[in-house]
Amino acid sequence: MRDHAPVLFALRAVSLSRGGRRVLDSVSAVIPAGATAVIGPSGSGKSTLLRLLNRLAEPDAGSVLYRDRPLAEYDPLALRREVALVPQLPALLEGTVESNLRFAAGLAGKGLDARRCLRLAGLEAGFAGRDVSRLSVGEQQRAMLARALSQGPKVLLLDEPTAALDQAARDAVEGTLAELRRELDISIVLVSHDPEQARRLGDWVVRLEKGRAVESGPLEQVLA
Amino acid sequence: MNTSIHVSLGQVAASLALVALAAAISFWRKADLEGDIAIAAIRSFVQLTAIGYAIALIFEADTIWLVLALLAVMVAFGAITARARAAKVPGAFWPLLFALTVAGASTLGLVVALGVFDPTPRYLVPVGGMVIGNAMTASAVALNRLGDEVSDSRAKIEATLALGATAQQAAAPTVRRALRSGMITLIDSTKTTGLIFFPGTMVGMLLAGADPTDAVRLQLILLYALLGSVAIAALVATTLAYRNFFTPAQQLREAVE
Repeated sequence: MRDHAPVLFALRAVSLSRGGRRVLDSVSAVIPAGATAVIGPSGSGKSTLLRLLNRLAEPDAGSVLYRDRPLAEYDPLALRREVALVPQLPALLEGTVESNLRFAAGLAGKGLDARRCLRLAGLEAGFAGRDVSRLSVGEQQRAMLARALSQGPKVLLLDEPTAALDQAARDAVEGTLAELRRELDISIVLVSHDPEQARRLGDWVVRLEKGRAVESGPLEQVLA
Repeated sequence: MNTSIHVSLGQVAASLALVALAAAISFWRKADLEGDIAIAAIRSFVQLTAIGYAIALIFEADTIWLVLALLAVMVAFGAITARARAAKVPGAFWPLLFALTVAGASTLGLVVALGVFDPTPRYLVPVGGMVIGNAMTASAVALNRLGDEVSDSRAKIEATLALGATAQQAAAPTVRRALRSGMITLIDSTKTTGLIFFPGTMVGMLLAGADPTDAVRLQLILLYALLGSVAIAALVATTLAYRNFFTPAQQLREAVE
């Protein structure tokens, strides 16, 4: 399957504690280019692992490599524009959808094609002028995705992108993600507590349990 | 403006009747504040008497160094007091100390440079005390709000950092709200001054027999000076303190327990 895809991230014996609790315990795993699903029950350290990948958090021990270079060697700001994280809960800035997109594009030094970003995230062009406080959670989630896409990232880190959505909205977001991959040359790392979602969207799977990577490999091998 | 009145200890003792009344109300309505009222009355007597003697000594010595020493002590105690209100802000002491120092020095420096007051202990001590006290309240309120705002907006701040924004950009809305809340109380009370309440300096001067025009003018000078010092203190405190929430790699630190 993705055996020959280049390695995007490599985690080497990564440990991290928060508030006296070991959230990640000597995790070693590779994440190849393409679509990777990080799965596991809640509290297994999935979101923390995702936050390590664009240096929103720092490991206490071990190292994380991105394209064969330690993350610590990258400028964190430039890295985050290339490796965009969309958090689990929508957290847009006050204002309109377009002002959010413009802010993000500006940070990445890019011009804004709001219509295209919205379309890629499955939103109508008319959403540009909408105030974010008047959007549903599902619409906010998509606006967050559109905002991340406005930076032209090479990797998208998605933290439970459908956790807050009903089934119809979930199916729509999954359709959007599948289309994104077809249309853009972009890799996706998706955190999910649902193995079925991993099956639908991933071609590589890392399974965490109690902060340890218990399994990682091609989808058909891990979720046989 | 050279007015003076004599207040006897007997007059002070007589005013204790009002303290007794407050304690009686508390006892009657079971507010359980009698102890606090007694402590407040005793502490205010001891503290004000002590500072009264200290000020008398400083006036007598008539040297700028004693004034500066007294103001430095006020700044240090102010920063310690304000830090307790900013418990959610990591390392709040140094930003507060710096904020009070800058606010005090620049406001006093400016009023002296503009020729509003002579650089003598008689002016510098009371004005300095008011400036530092108000700057302390403003910076304490601002940092208290900053701590609450950051803990309420963690998700939003981190989502903004995730876009490659700097800590300064991610914290800007939070810092703005904190700065506003530090300044707004004095601005509001300045708006209503003379209508809803008479400020302390004016009351003191009128009681001491000063001409009402002089009392009003001096009060205006102080209010304007305080507006400046409060803005400086809130600005310096928030600008320095928000950085303590972030690591050099532009990561939001874990919440203070």
